[in-house]
Amino acid sequence: MTIPEFKKHWTSLGIGMVWLFILLWPLLGIKPEGLEVASTFNVWWRIALGCSFLLFLYQLNKAGAFRFISRPAGAVAGSMKNASSMVPMAVWFVIGIACTALIPQFAGRYAQDVAINCMIYVCLGLGLNIVVGLAGMLDLGYIAFYGIGAYTYALLSVQFQLSFWICLPISAAMAGLGAWLIGYCSMRMRGDYLAIVTLGFAEICRMVLNNWMSLTNGPNGVTGIKAPGLYWFDFTNGMTLEHIWLKKLSLVYYVILILVVFTAIAVYRLQHSRIGRAWEAIREDETAAEVMGVPTFYMKLLAYCSGACFGGMAGAFYAARMRFVSPESFTFLESAMVLSMVVLGGMGSIPGVILGALALIALPEIFREFELYRMLVFGGVMTLMMLFRPQGMLPSKRTMRSDKD
Amino acid sequence: MEYFLQQLINGITLGSVYALIALGYTMVYGIIQLINFAHGEFFAAGGYVGVIFMSYLLSQGAPAWVCLSGSLILAMAYCAMLAVAVERVAYKPLRNSSRLSVLLSALGMSIFLQNGLMLTQGVYDKAYPTELTQGGFEMGNVMLSYMQLFIVSLTAFLLVALNILVFKTRIGKAMRSTAQDKVMSALVGINANRTISITFAIGAALAAAAGIMVGLYYGSVRYDMGFVPGIKAFAAAVLGGIGNITGAMIGGFIIGMVEIFAAGYISGEYKDVFAFVILIAVLYFRPSGIMGENVDDTRV
Repeated sequence: MTIPEFKKHWTSLGIGMVWLFILLWPLLGIKPEGLEVASTFNVWWRIALGCSFLLFLYQLNKAGAFRFISRPAGAVAGSMKNASSMVPMAVWFVIGIACTALIPQFAGRYAQDVAINCMIYVCLGLGLNIVVGLAGMLDLGYIAFYGIGAYTYALLSVQFQLSFWICLPISAAMAGLGAWLIGYCSMRMRGDYLAIVTLGFAEICRMVLNNWMSLTNGPNGVTGIKAPGLYWFDFTNGMTLEHIWLKKLSLVYYVILILVVFTAIAVYRLQHSRIGRAWEAIREDETAAEVMGVPTFYMKLLAYCSGACFGGMAGAFYAARMRFVSPESFTFLESAMVLSMVVLGGMGSIPGVILGALALIALPEIFREFELYRMLVFGGVMTLMMLFRPQGMLPSKRTMRSDKD
Repeated sequence: MEYFLQQLINGITLGSVYALIALGYTMVYGIIQLINFAHGEFFAAGGYVGVIFMSYLLSQGAPAWVCLSGSLILAMAYCAMLAVAVERVAYKPLRNSSRLSVLLSALGMSIFLQNGLMLTQGVYDKAYPTELTQGGFEMGNVMLSYMQLFIVSLTAFLLVALNILVFKTRIGKAMRSTAQDKVMSALVGINANRTISITFAIGAALAAAAGIMVGLYYGSVRYDMGFVPGIKAFAAAVLGGIGNITGAMIGGFIIGMVEIFAAGYISGEYKDVFAFVILIAVLYFRPSGIMGENVDDTRV
């Protein structure tokens, strides 16, 4: 930390704050009744103070003022990491499942609701993780497959009274089919074009769902979807098999828990198979992978379709859980949400995706009183994360090439 | 025939808006290969700041032409400043990181700006003063409103001005050379960072003009109005050939026409779908667009 550097930081902060004031003032201070400065200043000085404080902390840290804390803390973290890496992955996995399985026994209705929501997003995140994290393709329209899955189950259930368990693979297959259709046209495009095409596809899906009144009932949505059913032993008069509807929240909870576990295992197995290695090779360098004999086109298509299948399954569950679907639930913002779970958590890492989903679904529930600022913070955090920790909170162990592509 | 002419006029009006937004996308993509997701928000911010200045000037009793031109210039300047700030904070530090990080950073900025607009301006539509531009010419059943005339002539003026700026001035030369090869142009003494900032500022100023036009044309603005026109304008930029300024103008007019004619002759409900279908078709059959793309291929 040199003096010129110190000066430079504070000058740029000063210019930035003046700039911010000029940008804020027209939005807050100019009214048809007249001009005022007080309301803008009121917002501005808080931001300015916060930024100055953060810069001050940053400079202290750079100058080494926190070394007396960070050194022992780093040592403790290192030894904990060592200790935890001695326990095999499977043990952590089982402990995690056991803890989540116990939640309905202790937690109330609200907490269960949040947990179910969280697990739906874990499913989606794990599915998208195949596309973005493993195969390295940016998909901005992932929510379309969630929507396809949800509507598939909703319509089959309402029109033909098919059971949830039959519809689950059908929903996955329909989402996969949709992915195949769009992927077949677009897999040869380069990265950002693919992103925009998938975005366009998701918007088309949403508009079709919104406008095809005779099939989907348009913006009013589909109602009267059945909950998952199950045959279970009934002991009241002898031992008979009885058909029950899993309407109770705790029972629904176990259905999604099973789905999450299934998805996690499937993604884990895929990642460590020949196919998974091919995907990662494509992510690192597509040309080199092609030269080494990886059929890149089919592998990318496979990644896209299998990711979509998991999205479709999550969608079917969503329809069964809410027993109502409408196009409103499948907007671009949801795609961005799932994508940021994958990215914030750490691309290509399963614990990372789970952590990302927890952070993005559970944290807003805790800070309920700041509901209004939720998306503002979300957007800001996304940018800040890219600036300061682009690899995510729990990056995948296999190193990704971090520099330019 | 009259119906066709009327649709043609409407299509050109809408096309001018798309062309103006598409220019920002195409210039930014040409120079740093980034889909600037926040560009749609510059457009929305332009619409909002325009209505704020316009209502203020109106309430001060300024004549109509002062209101229109004053709010236009102020909104363009505002969005240029906003774009420079966004570029400085969210894109410049990531100049050398992967494309995915920059794209996500842009996405974050887009969500941030959209919600910033919502928090400061409210969730409801904000109405534009309608008394400024009423009336029009009537030829038989074909109606050409003063508003449409204003939009089309202003667009024409801005497009000519942009062409002069890009092809005739030193700044334009710097922009074109940076877009062609960043390293080489830096070697001959062109400040790449400054050129990129200027590109962002110009693109956002054009988007702000488009925002005011849309506000005047439809009578109101909304905080989330930037998203769909943004995507369509990007489709226009790709259609014309990304990085190609003439291409973006042509692409914008084509997308506008297609949307209006599809709404008029095929189906009004699915009018948004056509723009996306065109986008996908163009990317599949001719990824370099109508006029050919023009990007720095040292990084592609």
